[in-house]
Formats: sequence, structure tokens, C-alpha cells
Amino acid sequence: MYVIETEDLTKRYNGLVAVDGLSLKVGEGEIFGLLGPNGAGKTTTLLMLTTLVQPTSGTARVSGFDVVREPDRVRGSIGIVFQEFSTDEMLTGYENLKLHGWLYDMPKQLREERIKEALSLVELTGRKDDLVKKYSGGMRRRLEIARGVIHHPKVLFLDEPTIGLDPQSRDRVWKFIKDLAVKEGITVIITTHYMEEADRLCDRLAIIDHGKIVVLDSPEKLKRDLGGDIVRLKAERPDVGALKALGFVRNVGECGGELCLTVEDANEHLQEILDVAGKVNSVEVHSPTLDDVFIHHTGRAIRDELNEEGSWQK
Amino acid sequence: MMQPKGIYALWYRESKVFARQRSRVISSIANPLLWFAFVGGGIGSVVSIEGINYQTFIYPGVLMQAVIFSSIFYGVYIVWDKRIDFLKEVIVSPMSRTSIFIGKVLGGSTETTIQTVILLLIAIALSAAGLMHGINLNPLTLLLTFIILSITTAGMASVGLILGSQMESPEGFELVISFVIFPLFFLSGALYPINNLPPWLAPLTLLDPATYAVDALRATLLGTSTFPMALDIAVITAFTALMITIGTQAFKKMKI
Repeated sequence: MYVIETEDLTKRYNGLVAVDGLSLKVGEGEIFGLLGPNGAGKTTTLLMLTTLVQPTSGTARVSGFDVVREPDRVRGSIGIVFQEFSTDEMLTGYENLKLHGWLYDMPKQLREERIKEALSLVELTGRKDDLVKKYSGGMRRRLEIARGVIHHPKVLFLDEPTIGLDPQSRDRVWKFIKDLAVKEGITVIITTHYMEEADRLCDRLAIIDHGKIVVLDSPEKLKRDLGGDIVRLKAERPDVGALKALGFVRNVGECGGELCLTVEDANEHLQEILDVAGKVNSVEVHSPTLDDVFIHHTGRAIRDELNEEGSWQK
Repeated sequence: MMQPKGIYALWYRESKVFARQRSRVISSIANPLLWFAFVGGGIGSVVSIEGINYQTFIYPGVLMQAVIFSSIFYGVYIVWDKRIDFLKEVIVSPMSRTSIFIGKVLGGSTETTIQTVILLLIAIALSAAGLMHGINLNPLTLLLTFIILSITTAGMASVGLILGSQMESPEGFELVISFVIFPLFFLSGALYPINNLPPWLAPLTLLDPATYAVDALRATLLGTSTFPMALDIAVITAFTALMITIGTQAFKKMKI
């Protein structure tokens, strides 16, 4: 039985297709990532799965309930951590969680028990009676993750959970998400544009571009499937055609003004590549990362499309 | 579908946040006092209406001032709620839109009720000290006053929430003040009797639901009125019921 099941899920805004015939299945206890650039349709997909936006066509079932016909039951079975903070900063951490328990109609004893557990999981027990406005960004994000799980949802949706956090906070948030999936058996759906985040967290991920799934698999498999090493070249007038003609070059893409080649056994063939490439200013060889996977499948780098704040429009 | 625990949660949040915003608490207490002391005291020094001292005459009007201003302002406040995104947390919970709306109306009514209770206590104190005359204050009139104010407050808070749910940014605030709050208040007869108005103005006052609330309050507290009490109560109850119905629909369609 799948926890998330969509078929041909589509959303159009005034003729613009935000999500285009998305079909995917996510199993229980999986951490599933939606990875893609600005406007790829990640957030719209999330909003449809959480019943906040109506699909134009297609179907989606979350924990067995149809998002259009049974939105209340879908909402009762999920937890969400939004991209923007949605705790009340004039309330304490504990009050925010208590309020959540009331909204989800939890019995008192269970509520208090779960709040205590969740607070200790996100290491906020000592700060629970402080107003949220005194929290740091990382603490607030952790509080919101705790809030998202106290009613024991089947699925937890995380929309860009570490955006705007410093590296330490990011590491801790990742650890909590991992712990949740393992200890609580919760299915986690996460949207992100951080490659490292997707790589570290996700059991499987779908790369989404222009509202469509470009490729879907585990991060390891996606990287392995590139079938070789990555050679990054900065050449003055590279002959792309000649490079592509080389038998051991599987793919040639552009990444931030440089050329990214997927090459079988790069150490063996490096000299031949340099001979064909013309005058080369710099060269770098490494094993594939998700960045390379993204470039391979979309022909461009995800970070090229990041705006300054690193935030995405919906 | 109504979810009492969730409605309580919303009310709890509104009153906690209100109590922690000291500037809001202070202004909501000071505001009606200023109207009463300065407008009532100032104009009252030169005017009396139907043999009633002006300060006494506008006392029901000052109660209505507190209701209209603070309830509607409160409702429009959800524009900020949308910004700080707490509303999202509520919208994605299993709470029905009806429950959410009712919870918000109750939250707004609390703030207004605090103001009106303070005004009533002042009237009791001033009457006891012999500084205010002609207000009938006894448990029955106080209870009736409280009921009239509660019904009207729920209706006015709904008006504010309907407006707030349609607004995308706080810029429309000025328009709400000019075209909703001021007309509702000034046309209600809060500051003057409505029996001798010029012909172009009289019909407008009849269209204002607050007119009937002021009339009911005056009947209760001063023993003078324009319409029968039953009509007054019927109009404000119908108005509030209608606003709650429209508000629930508006919340169902609200975009966040």
C-alpha cells in the first residue's frame, strides 16, 4: 500500500502549466525528495497534496484519502512544515505545540506525552517556556518540525526545511528528520533545491523540471547511472562537437560557463580530452554528485537559477 | 461541523496574544475613555438632548464606538495573520472553515468585551459617585446591555473578518476606515438622535445595523428609544447571522 499515490496530477494557472501530469508512488517510512529549480512545480505539488490548492486534473491520494473528495481526512493524517515560519511568535514554544494538539483534537494525556517527546527529540525542552520571538531561526524550524509530528501524522511534508539556516542548524535539522523517519516510521516528503540535502536525506528522489518528473530513483542509483566520472573544463574555444564524438564521452553539458563532461574512466582518457578541447584554463575530475545528475538530465546547473536569497517563487 | 476544542484553541491564541501586546491593551482601554471624557464632556458642556445631559446621552454611543472600531479592526487584522503565516497552520489542520471562523469571531469578541465591561464599570462608579445621572443600572439592564453588545460585536467582528479575508495587503486599511467604520459609526445615531434628521440623511441611518443596536442600548440604559425593542433585537440578530454566514463562505474561498 502506498502512502502517496498521484496519477497525472496537473495544475494550470491562467494557461501556465505549473505541474504537468505528475505520477508518483511513495511507500511507507520513505524519505522522498522533490528536487528542482525555481518554478519547477515542487511547491505547487506540495500544496495540492496538502489540499491547499485544487488540482486542475488528475488524482492524488494521501494516506489512502482523495485530496479533492476527502480533504478533511487528508488534513487529519498529515503534518506540514512550511517554507515560511508559521508558529506564533507571541506564544511560547510549548503553547504553540499545545494549540496544535487542540486543533487536532488530541486527548490531553496523549498530547502532553507527545509534546514532551517531541520537545526532547528536537532538543528544545529547556526553552519551551520562552516566547518564540526569542528563538533563533534554527530553533524555530526545529520547533515547527516537532509541531508537525505531535499528532502522529502518516506523512510529514517539509517545504525547503533548511532554507536560510546556518550549516550547524542545517545538520541538526537533517538529523531530526532522519530520526523521525526511522523512529516514528513516518513517511517524509521534502522539497529542496539543495543537492547536498537531497543526497544526505532522501531514500529516493524525483528531479522535477517544468512541472514534469525528469528522472526518479535513489541518489546512489542516479549518480551511478551516469556511468563514469565528471570532468569539468574551462576552455577558451572548446570544440563541443569533437568532444561529443569521442567514444568514451557520454555526455557534454554546460555548468556555470564551464563544460561538464561525463567520461568513462576519466584518468585513462584525460589527455585525449585535453587534446581535443583546445586551450584549457582549468580542469577538475571528480566522482558524480547530484549536481552532475541534474546537469546531465536538464542540460544546466540548478544553482545557475538560484536568486540571491536562495529562495524560490511558488 | 463544529470542533469545540479547536475553536477554544483559536480563542486562546487570540486572547494570549492580545494580553501580551501591551500597546493594544492600553489603547483599547484608553480609546473609549477619551471619547467619553472629551467628546461627551466637551459637547456636553453646551448641549443637552431631550432633557438628558449629552454625556449621558452618548454613553450608549460610546459603547457602540468601542464595538464597531475594535471588532472591525480586529477582523481586518487577519491580513497580518496571513503575513506571519500562523493562519496556514490553522488552515491545514482538520478544522472546518466554519469552526475557524467562529473561533476568530470569539477571539475578537474578547477584546471588545473587555472594553465594554470597563466602560460599564466606569458608568457604575460615576453614577454611584453622583457624577453621572439618568442611567438605569441594575442587574437586569446590565445583562440586557451585555447581550445586545455581544450580538452586535459578533456581527461587527464578522464584517472585519470578511473584509480582511478579501484583502491581500494592509494597504486597504484606510479604505475600510473611511467607507466602513466611519459610516457605520456616524450614521448609527451614536452621537445624535435620529428622529429629526434632514430627509437625505434619515434613510441612510435606517440602513445602518448599528442604529438598531444604539437604539436598543438607549432603550435599556436611558429609557428613550425610536423603535420597539423587539425590532431592534430582530435586526441586529439577523444582521449578525447574515454576516457569520457570509464570513464562513468567505473563509472557504480565502486564498492564503
